[in-house]
Amino acid sequence: MDRNNRIKRTPMGRAVSELRGTIDRRTFLARGAAVAGVAASAGLAPGANAQGLAGQPWERVYGAPLNGYGQPSRFEQPVVRHFLRPYGDLAPGSGAALVPIEKLEGIITPSGLHNDRSHSGTPDIDPKEHQLLLHGLVARPLRFSMDALWSYPMITRIYFVECSGNSLRNLAPQPVQLPAGAIHGNMACSEWTGIPLRVLLEEAGLRPEAKWLLAEGADSSHMSRSIPIEKALDDTIIALFQNGERLRPEQGYPVRLLLPGWEGNMSVKWLRRIKATDEPTHTKDETSKYTDLQPDGRALQFTFEMGVKSVISKPSSTMKLPRTGIYEISGLAWSGAGRIRRVEVSTDGGVTWADAALTGEERPKAFVRFRFPWEWTGKEAVLQSRATDEKGQVQPARKAWLALYSPGNLYHNNSIVSWSVGTDGSVKNVYV
Amino acid sequence: MFTSRRNTIVIAIGAAALAACAVQPPSGKPSAFGVAVNAEEIARSDISIPPGGAGLPAGSGTAKQGSAVYGAKCLACHGEKGAGKPADALVGGIGSLATARPVRTVGSYWPYATTLFDYVRRAMPIANPLSLTYDEVYAVSAYILYLNGIVAEDAPMTATTLPLVKMPNRDGFISDWPARKR
Repeated sequence: MDRNNRIKRTPMGRAVSELRGTIDRRTFLARGAAVAGVAASAGLAPGANAQGLAGQPWERVYGAPLNGYGQPSRFEQPVVRHFLRPYGDLAPGSGAALVPIEKLEGIITPSGLHNDRSHSGTPDIDPKEHQLLLHGLVARPLRFSMDALWSYPMITRIYFVECSGNSLRNLAPQPVQLPAGAIHGNMACSEWTGIPLRVLLEEAGLRPEAKWLLAEGADSSHMSRSIPIEKALDDTIIALFQNGERLRPEQGYPVRLLLPGWEGNMSVKWLRRIKATDEPTHTKDETSKYTDLQPDGRALQFTFEMGVKSVISKPSSTMKLPRTGIYEISGLAWSGAGRIRRVEVSTDGGVTWADAALTGEERPKAFVRFRFPWEWTGKEAVLQSRATDEKGQVQPARKAWLALYSPGNLYHNNSIVSWSVGTDGSVKNVYV
Repeated sequence: MFTSRRNTIVIAIGAAALAACAVQPPSGKPSAFGVAVNAEEIARSDISIPPGGAGLPAGSGTAKQGSAVYGAKCLACHGEKGAGKPADALVGGIGSLATARPVRTVGSYWPYATTLFDYVRRAMPIANPLSLTYDEVYAVSAYILYLNGIVAEDAPMTATTLPLVKMPNRDGFISDWPARKR
């Protein structure tokens, strides 16, 4: 850590990192407190009657009645998902709704803003009619009603879900100038509650030759993927709840798979069938799609694990810094291999790096929030973040990542993201 | 009486929950809450077709017959002769995968013909899936294979012949499971 983030004292007594423009956390907080103190001492004396007291209009009228399901403030209405609709109006439910990460904070994505990758729209499933069938190479084929699933003991875990096509917009020849979430928001993190898949597989009695599962959704494309039995018996969940409430329709209501750390596409939504097989089924979505074309024309298949990755959400593309001075750089990091060990931030395009503070790093396969104090002096800067996971995997530079794949590859882009800051404060998406 | 009945239910659920948590061998106890299903019920839901063709239904169709099906059910989205637009191209691109502009279609990229039958049957046409007859699915699969130069125009595609079709990119995939290669 010290290697990259040496602190020195200036003649004014201010701690400034040798890393250009960065400041240490203590200085950041002390300067903030000084400003707050000035504001407090300037308070006004109370007036002679209550009408003269400070009080906004909403403090002087009775508030809105109790409501059944809370909604965001009307002043926050613009916080909505970004759409990626490759087929336009022809198939408006096919594509992705991406998380507006540039407007969110913390670790948990609100359920209504969770990324939604759907292949044939969102089905309107009646849970009383929906069944989960478990069959194939098992001793006892079984069918579960949703009430039956509800009866099992449940577990609760926090996991991210990332589409393997996330960040594909950053593979355009020229960097797109869109908000961070419209480029990198095909991922989210929620608390999931459900049944370990292992429990149901043990009830059905897997035969020794069962090495894979075919999982299939009840959407109108019957989206299906093959899953290795090792993952199914490890940490895969049959999820019924997200962030404490039943799954939202676009998240797979009434039941979905949740494969922690693996391609989001494999966490099959609207789960209707699981078939134990000896070999992968080679479905359309594990052959024609979700395979990673290499420069030699051959494609990697069954690249399940999502690579170590991070992105700065604040400040980010299309924002404008309104002033020089102190800012907190904040962003998200995650790895399909397990825990995040370290996130480094650079403000000079990767020449120098310094460690960011982490929140949530104790949880594997979940979002980590990183924060980093930075002083913008008005000069050009390039902001980057670089994550390292507990397996020692380091988020690759863009050029190194590009060299691994065909120019036509769309998947598993976990390369370092760069935002430039211009002298006017405008933040742009750039390739470094 | 009511109390005693409720206690019985609570105990039963508790026992079932414990059973569900325990690791069981394949020959273990019956399901706590699942219901046994028969072969007929499974057959009506089991629509996935692996490369070997297991589960392909009876039926037959040639490219000649498939041309009419395509014109009526597919052309509006996939274009004249599978050229694509507005939806994915189904034809062409063979030999392009190692170039700077790879074109991935059924002909150039898909490793197994069985996947074509599987996907058309389960998902197409997009506004009306599960609506085609099996003869129509075989025929339109034959037509797309024919347009890609993979089968003859009069070659019938059936449960026997479809799995035998060798796709141009059959050997173009490297499995990354179980060992990660990067």
